[in-house]
Amino acid sequence: MATVFVPSSLRRYTAGQSKAEVRGSTVNEIIEDLERQYPGVKSRLCDEAGQIKRYVNVFVNDEEIRALQGADTPVSEKDEVSIVPAMAGGRK
Amino acid sequence: MELRIENLVPRRDTPIALYCAGGVRSVLGARSLSEMGYTNVASVAGGFGGWKNAGYSFVVPRIMTDDQRHRYSRHTIIPEVGERGQLKLLDARVLLIGAGGLGSPAAMYLAAAGVGTLGIVDFDVVDVSNLQRQILHHLDDVGRPKVESAAETIAALNTDVKVVPHTTLLRSDNALDIIKEYDVVINGSDNFPTRYLVNDACALLGKPLVDGSIFRFEGQLTVFDPARGGPCYRCLYPDPPPPGEVPSCAEGGVLGVLPGIIGSLQASEAIKLILDVGESLAGRLLLFDALDGRFRQVKVQKDPACPVCGEDPTVTELIDYEQFCGIPHSDNGVTVEPLPALVVT
Repeated sequence: MATVFVPSSLRRYTAGQSKAEVRGSTVNEIIEDLERQYPGVKSRLCDEAGQIKRYVNVFVNDEEIRALQGADTPVSEKDEVSIVPAMAGGRK
Repeated sequence: MELRIENLVPRRDTPIALYCAGGVRSVLGARSLSEMGYTNVASVAGGFGGWKNAGYSFVVPRIMTDDQRHRYSRHTIIPEVGERGQLKLLDARVLLIGAGGLGSPAAMYLAAAGVGTLGIVDFDVVDVSNLQRQILHHLDDVGRPKVESAAETIAALNTDVKVVPHTTLLRSDNALDIIKEYDVVINGSDNFPTRYLVNDACALLGKPLVDGSIFRFEGQLTVFDPARGGPCYRCLYPDPPPPGEVPSCAEGGVLGVLPGIIGSLQASEAIKLILDVGESLAGRLLLFDALDGRFRQVKVQKDPACPVCGEDPTVTELIDYEQFCGIPHSDNGVTVEPLPALVVT
C-alpha cells in the first residue's frame, strides 16, 4: 500500500494521523480510498467536479502530479504521496 | 614585485599599469619591469594622489575592525565565508516581510551574522499572545509597534546592523519602492494577498525571495528566484484558496518553536544567497513536520504558463491582491474579515 502524508489542516479527518496507508494504483484511486477510510477528506482536496483543487498540490514521491499525468498519475505500492496545501500563517 | 610578476604575468607583452601613492616608486618599478623584458608598461603620473586630485573615481577597500574580526571569527575561519564573505554579509541588505514568528528568528540570526542592513516591514503592535513564538519581542514590548521592538532587540545584539523600519502595510503602491532597495527578501507574511504581492514584486524586480510558512506542527520552506531560472510562488500555487478555506494560525494554532526552525532555515538560505555558496532551495520545497520529526523534500517545477515568470507573462505590474484572493473590500477601504474557516477544531 502507498503511504499518504496528510497535512495538519486535514488531520481532523484522520483522527490526528499524519500518515495513512492507502490502496490504489492512481492518485484518483488513492483519494477514493482515503475518503473510504476517512469520510470528508475528499471534499477538502477536490472541488464539486472531482478535480483536485488548484491550491492543493499532490506529489507522488517528489514530483508534482500536474507535471505528470494529473489525477491519473500511477502510484505503486512503495510510493509516497504528499498532500501539500498552501499555508499563509497567522492572521485571523 | 620583481619576484612575483613572472608567475602572475607570464606574457611579456601584457599591458601593465603601475601606480603608487605619489608616482615615484611606480616609475622605478616600471623601469625594472622594462629591464625584465615587459614591453607594455605604464606608470600613473602623480600616483593615487594625482588620480584622486584629478577627480577620478575610486573605491576604498573595506576592511574589518579588530572588534569585528573577533566577533565574526567563527565565520571567517570557515573557508566558504572568510573575511571576504563576512564583508559581503556586512554590505548586504535583507528585507524581512513581518517581524512575527518567522521574522523573529530570521532577524535575530541575520543580525548575529552581521548582515549590515535589515529592513523590516510590519504594521502590527506586539500582543501578549505573540510572545509564545516571536522572540524579537519581550513582555515590556506589549502594545509597542513590532518594528520598534525589533529594532531595539537587534541593536542590543549587534551594533553593526542598521535596521530600516517600514512601519506600514505592504501594498501594491509601495511594495516595489521598498523591495528594490534590498538584495534578498525573507517572507514571513501572515496572509495570502501579501504572499502573492511579495512574490510578484520580487519577480518583477528580480530579487530572490526566501519563502516560509507554518501551520500547527508543519512548515514549508523554499526559495523563489525566477530571475535565475527558478520557479515562483505562482508556479507552486497558481490560485489562492478562497477566503476562509485554509485556516490561519490564529484559528488553528502553531507550535511556538516551529517558526524558530523554519525562520532560522530562511536566514540560512539568505546567507547562502548573499555569500553565493552551496545549493539554494530554488526549485525544491522543504516540508517539515514536527510531530513526525521528519523533513521531506519535493520538486517545484517552473510553470511555462506562469502569469508572472512564464514564457508569456500577463502580470507585468502589481495588481489588487485582496481582490485576487477574493477578499471583499468595504467602502472605507477596510478589509472585511473573511468567513471563519470550516475546519477549526
